[in-house]
Amino acid sequence: MKLLTTNFIKCSVKACESSNKSFPLKYSNDCQLELNFEDDDEIVQSSYEFLIGILDKIEWEALLKVCQDLGNNDLPPNKPVLNEDVSNLNDNEKLILKQLFNLLVNTEIVEGSMSCDSCEHIYQIKNGIPNLLLPPHLS
Amino acid sequence: MSRPEEIAPPELFYNSKESKKYTENSRVQYIQYVMTKRSLELLNLKDSSFILDIGCGSCLSGEIISSASEEVNAGMNHYWTGLDISPDMLEQAIIRKEEEKFNTNDDSDDEANENIGGLRNGDMMLHDMGQGIPFRAGSFDAAISISAIQWLFNKDNNNQDPIKRIKRFFESLYSALTKNGKFVAQFYPANDDQIDTFLQIAKQTGFSGGLVIDHPESKKNKKYYLVLSCGTMSSNDANDGDNLNLNGAAMDSTNIHDRKELKKKRGNGMLESKKSFIMRKKELMKKRGRDVRGDSKYTGRKRRDRF
Repeated sequence: MKLLTTNFIKCSVKACESSNKSFPLKYSNDCQLELNFEDDDEIVQSSYEFLIGILDKIEWEALLKVCQDLGNNDLPPNKPVLNEDVSNLNDNEKLILKQLFNLLVNTEIVEGSMSCDSCEHIYQIKNGIPNLLLPPHLS
Repeated sequence: MSRPEEIAPPELFYNSKESKKYTENSRVQYIQYVMTKRSLELLNLKDSSFILDIGCGSCLSGEIISSASEEVNAGMNHYWTGLDISPDMLEQAIIRKEEEKFNTNDDSDDEANENIGGLRNGDMMLHDMGQGIPFRAGSFDAAISISAIQWLFNKDNNNQDPIKRIKRFFESLYSALTKNGKFVAQFYPANDDQIDTFLQIAKQTGFSGGLVIDHPESKKNKKYYLVLSCGTMSSNDANDGDNLNLNGAAMDSTNIHDRKELKKKRGNGMLESKKSFIMRKKELMKKRGRDVRGDSKYTGRKRRDRF
């Protein structure tokens, strides 16, 4: 599961919908991370448009919290502000985009678990695929 | 035609054998390819987007969503998240992902486009769509679903109420999409009531849109697409940038009702005449491109009685 997805996924229990604790999920500290594919500038460049679009939607607070859960405290406390025009990026912005790409798209959680702060249900992650199925009493 | 929906629940029907068969079958691959392309055409996306794929299976559709070499994706690089209830289907997807990695490492400078997109742009999750879409509000720019949502009508155990599950599905999907989010779902309805149910519940939830039927005259190639949008959608300016692309689409929910009426009439004993039956069938065959004898004054007439 990409780190990007952690910024959108929430608990699927219906009762947790009204609670603001169901997002973001809490990631256990035995989560294993993996870099998805080789460093490739071409791929990063083709993703600029997507990254700028998605940065708008990302909740930075949640991302900070998830990264802290996973043992990374190096993120800047505020969301970086970028130029909206893809063809007109300076080197600094390109570097930020590359780092964002490595963080959000390139990093995958392969094994581990995540839990909801509100109902405390634990979702397992295996082979990079989280199991979101709910037992009958919760669905 | 056999319907897998009537055989077993999805997570059991698509076991490892069935999933492998499905994924490796070139005809299935081709059909999925055509339908995914058509759905993307209907979505009419203008920027690189974050897309939800409901019932992604082995991600045959996902591969096309983020494929840079497709014309519909020109200049865009979409990312997607797939949901499916069958672990074996997802296993096939992982296998395909590994194969892709291996292949691209092999001949990396063959073609520029080949390195971009593909399965690496996707994420997969094991989830039952009837339990709701577990994403926070405004997550996705668009959602797509290929041959999946008809499974919602299954009642696999006593706790499941299909109507409740469909309601939950549409409600949670509505909130997971952005303000102008769009949803295109190709599905195989078992009967006209299922289409009506989907349209009705989608409307109650707040979606606007309707049904698109491709190849309506053909029995085999007929495809149903549910085309919905979170914002208001006017069919007058279909070519407008943000709207769904409804070019060449027949939004005919009236058609369904006509047919229903016809069926009712026929059922009530108001039989159509032999001649009109023959004319109707000839018309249909012509539409399907078969060789049909021309009409004359003798068409559908009774032969003279021989003593």
